[in-house]
Amino acid sequence: MAEALLSLAGVNTHIGQYHILQGVDFEVPRAGLTMLLGRNGAGKTTTLRTVMGLWQASAGAIRYDGAEITRRTTPERARLGIAYVPENMGIFAGLTVRENVLLAARSGPPEDRRLEWIFRLFPALQKFWHAHAGNLSGGQKQMLAIARAIVEPRRLVLVDEPTKGLAPSIIANMIEAFRELKRTETSLLVVEQNFHFARSVGDTVAVMDSGRIVHAGRMADLAADDALQQKLLGLSLQAHQ
Amino acid sequence: MSSGSSLPAQRLDWLPLALIPAIALAALPFIPSLPTWVTLTVAGLAMGMMIFMMAAGLTLVFGLMDIMNFAHGVFISVGAYAGTTVLLAMKPSMQADSLAANLSAIVPAVLAAMALAGFLGWFFERVVIRPVYGDHLKQILVTMGGLIVVEQLIHVVWGPDIIPLPRPATITGSFIVGDAAIERYRVLAVLVGLAVFAAMWLILNRTRLGLLIRAGVENREMVESLGYRIRTLFVGVFVAGSALAGLGGVMWALYQESVNAQIGMQMMVVLFIVLIIGGLGSVGGCFVGALLVGLMANYTGYLAPKLALGSNILLMVLVLLWRPRGLFPVGKA
Repeated sequence: MAEALLSLAGVNTHIGQYHILQGVDFEVPRAGLTMLLGRNGAGKTTTLRTVMGLWQASAGAIRYDGAEITRRTTPERARLGIAYVPENMGIFAGLTVRENVLLAARSGPPEDRRLEWIFRLFPALQKFWHAHAGNLSGGQKQMLAIARAIVEPRRLVLVDEPTKGLAPSIIANMIEAFRELKRTETSLLVVEQNFHFARSVGDTVAVMDSGRIVHAGRMADLAADDALQQKLLGLSLQAHQ
Repeated sequence: MSSGSSLPAQRLDWLPLALIPAIALAALPFIPSLPTWVTLTVAGLAMGMMIFMMAAGLTLVFGLMDIMNFAHGVFISVGAYAGTTVLLAMKPSMQADSLAANLSAIVPAVLAAMALAGFLGWFFERVVIRPVYGDHLKQILVTMGGLIVVEQLIHVVWGPDIIPLPRPATITGSFIVGDAAIERYRVLAVLVGLAVFAAMWLILNRTRLGLLIRAGVENREMVESLGYRIRTLFVGVFVAGSALAGLGGVMWALYQESVNAQIGMQMMVVLFIVLIIGGLGSVGGCFVGALLVGLMANYTGYLAPKLALGSNILLMVLVLLWRPRGLFPVGKA
């Protein structure tokens, strides 16, 4: 079996006096989309931020593409090919859509083909290319945040709650966009509360509770097992249709 | 994918800019003659430009890294002393009635002021500020302490006395426009201030470096997540801001025609008023705020000298009542 792209082994994270991650172990395969599920406060966002280096792990090891990155800085991790879309999207509101995207393209202006591909995924970005990002709607901001993460090919994209607060029609577009992303070389690790979205795009799943991984496996298996959903998440996926 | 309804167009916020002519026109009825008003207005704009040079770095440093640098005044003082030393050493060139000869003294003086203030800024960031990132209380304490130490070092190196600094011959005196006397040096200060503002505007709005700085002021964590080392960027901005303060310092010393160790510390209150009026982290706001403060100080200095500083505090209060985050607030994530 091929080595995982990302693996966490016994990762602990403290934020001030709070012990949030309490020995997280899980892996993200080299292809496909891994969903990270769990109740509020389970430690999902902290896991993404720890992988990105925005919070330092106090114990344990994070390996990415065969190398340990536990002590690497956030910019170093980004330069290794990890992109991050935070829960608040992290849009630079005072910059235009174009400037937001150009800034994310570290190696220079993005290729036309890449931009055309992004515009096919998110046509609104082309329409509002020269508009200030602060004026975009919530859904458009989310599109911009994801576009920024993929403006250059990345090995791993971390996305925190991409459907939060979005209208159903926009969520349907997001599902299409994530399916398209899965056809590329990029692996995705997505934190999500929307189980319909999770089931629609997830290949593998890890479920967190109280700062630990309590379940890992195939998304299809979890989606088919109401009892397991009830046990792990408190509600079945069926209840979220 | 549906893009929804059209976005509202991003419009330039003209209202704060209108405050500058509004204050100038509001002062007009109280000034006894038009030539006096013209003289005061030019003096106010010149003072504002010099304040802008001193404050621009401070606002960017605060915006980028949330650093409360109360020691920014030492960069002004050190710049003023370095420039003064060079100018006094080149007295014959200063006194010559030739612009070329004067410039041969002024240019090295300005470069020396900016270089020494920039170097001090680099040293200060590494030694004083870096250990206290993220802790405002400690920042205030150590930067105030640093300011006192550098002030005492200035006493040791240059002595405790005020050093007179005559202006170069070609920028001394006034010329008459209509009936108004306009000091040559003030016109020069306005031109230099405009040039500095234009350069900063171009860098911030037309270069990738500027894009990074603007993004970093809004959300430094996201800039790091995109793969940029914000710390390196910050050191660069800190050094450039210190160098600009040095330039402001030498210009201020020439404006006052003397220099003393407290020159920077005396400016700090005004600089913070400007930063708060403009919106912390906003260079455009800093520019408008500095001009407002310069005009207000000159008009009230003429009409009611004892109210000069108080009038700027009142101006700040009024601006904050109107816009609680300053004239051009920077959206922070």
